[in-house]
Amino acid sequence: MTDDLLELQDVVVRYGGIEAVRGISFNVADGELVTLIGGNGAGKTTTLTTISGIKRPSGGTISFAGERIDNLPAHEVVELGVCQAPEGRRIFPRMSVRENLVMGAFARGSAKQADVDRVFDLFPVLKERQKQAGGTLSGGEQQMLAIGRALMSEPKLLMLDEPSMGLAPKFVEKIFELLGDIHSQGTTILLVEQNAHLALQIADRGYVLESGEIVLEDDAKKLLGNDQVRKAYLGES
Amino acid sequence: MDFLADCATNVADQFWAQTRNGLTLGSIYAMIALGYTMVYGVLQLINFAHSEVFMVSTVAALYAIPAFGVTDGDPATGIAVIFILIGVLLCCMAASGALAVLLERLAYRPLRKRHAPRLSFLISAIGASLFIQYLFVLMDGQHYLFPIRGIADPLGTPLLIIGGFLAVVAIGLLVTGTRRGEEGWVDAGTLAGLGAIATLILGAILVIKLPDILGPTPQSVPELFSTSTVFTLFGAPISNKRIMVVVVTVVMLVILDAFVRRTRMGRGIRAVAQDSEAASLMGVNINRVVVVTFLVGGLMAGAAGLLYQIVLGAPAFWFIGFKPGIKAFVAAVLGGIGNIRGAMLGGLLLGLVEAYAVPCIGTQWIDVTAFVVLVAVLMFRPTGILGEQVGA
Repeated sequence: MTDDLLELQDVVVRYGGIEAVRGISFNVADGELVTLIGGNGAGKTTTLTTISGIKRPSGGTISFAGERIDNLPAHEVVELGVCQAPEGRRIFPRMSVRENLVMGAFARGSAKQADVDRVFDLFPVLKERQKQAGGTLSGGEQQMLAIGRALMSEPKLLMLDEPSMGLAPKFVEKIFELLGDIHSQGTTILLVEQNAHLALQIADRGYVLESGEIVLEDDAKKLLGNDQVRKAYLGES
Repeated sequence: MDFLADCATNVADQFWAQTRNGLTLGSIYAMIALGYTMVYGVLQLINFAHSEVFMVSTVAALYAIPAFGVTDGDPATGIAVIFILIGVLLCCMAASGALAVLLERLAYRPLRKRHAPRLSFLISAIGASLFIQYLFVLMDGQHYLFPIRGIADPLGTPLLIIGGFLAVVAIGLLVTGTRRGEEGWVDAGTLAGLGAIATLILGAILVIKLPDILGPTPQSVPELFSTSTVFTLFGAPISNKRIMVVVVTVVMLVILDAFVRRTRMGRGIRAVAQDSEAASLMGVNINRVVVVTFLVGGLMAGAAGLLYQIVLGAPAFWFIGFKPGIKAFVAAVLGGIGNIRGAMLGGLLLGLVEAYAVPCIGTQWIDVTAFVVLVAVLMFRPTGILGEQVGA
């Protein structure tokens, strides 16, 4: 593994008086697929929105490719090559599927037909629906669109926030399969998931987040076999 | 019954003339309404100072028209009309656009930075509106620079204003206290309170000094070109001025529509309107989008101001923006606030309804119609005719 692409050091994030993230540190190396797992309210989404620059950390540092990014506004973080498919998908509901994809390339300037075609190759269903308004797609299709949109920015680091949430099992499997493909084509991925089993299967390494703190970190395979993880997140007793 | 019968005959008699009037005025409403609706789209804020953005255009026309060599009683003729018209139009649009951007910077952005509650924006909007109005009360339209009235007393008035303002800030700070909030020096409530107090005191000063400093009368703007009938539509003469209004409006609306639908910045504006957080995750600079939105709204209001001035011979006047401003607001709500095409439709519809009401109830009651129509439509379609579709 080469240098760290993303590095968080003692990051603290507050909502009013409440500490949602309490001094977490982790890193993602170039080319890795790292997953952040944990239950509701563990601070996963807060961590991602903070990396993206939507939320400001009240302590600690975040660096990307050796540069501090914790003081940058969100649009500059995207320009550096960090893009996320956010929780709840956040498709632009009254833009067409194609326009949603073109919005994904906003930070780069303009989208080329070839870029759009590449996403269509990955998600053929989006091609069929390219003229439809984003808001009319099913949940699974919207998730594909959200991932496709994030890919349009040609991110150096792709962050995904619970891509499995609210989807039928067959969609979930398909999306995780595609994530594995995207990763094997060389994109660095930070994946936030509640579905620990699936996430750890495709990840290189994993971190377990609980009440805003990292309680475990290890290779994904080892975490899959870890008793604590199996009890808490894999539903085994 | 007699009333209704009379009404029907009168409207039938004047149908084409009133249609013409309605479309002209409606075009102007539509252009102003776009500013309300676009700003609402990106910020969910009604910019009540937008009528002043419109007003500034009539003042700009007062200075720009003579600057192009057209004086009172000596209108431009021939092909020169087109060039002068475009020149003056650009000046008016620039003035209004600049004011709109300034408003965003001074009246709204500080509140946004501090995550102020909605109410603070409303107070700030009203305060800014009054502030700009009274600032123009101080202007003397007879001169071509920006002199303040009371030349016999050249320092008195500015000193009074600056002193008054400083006093207000001091009082405001004393009353509300200086608190170091989580994200700023003074919190939003303090700022809003300051704005309100400043407006009240400035207003009071102006009223006391009124006989001395008021630019008392509306200033008539030199006629840019003289009216002539180009053709007759079913007995209703159509003048060159009305044709100009329609041409300018159509051109502006087509450009706006293309801008919003086809350009990168236009897509950014729509994205922010639909989901501002997702937009910034795609790399959209929200602040820039907000500035551009205010600018575009201002440019449209600036064009509308000049057209209004030319076609109705309206004067440059600190209060001239109030009525068209509030009507355009009604038009925006009528069409569906936040909806760009709704604003266009609402404007035209309101202009027409008002025009058709004239033969029935007379011009003195005309302003009531706008609100009656608004109430009637909102009873059946609470989100307006085309619906509140932000960023569609």
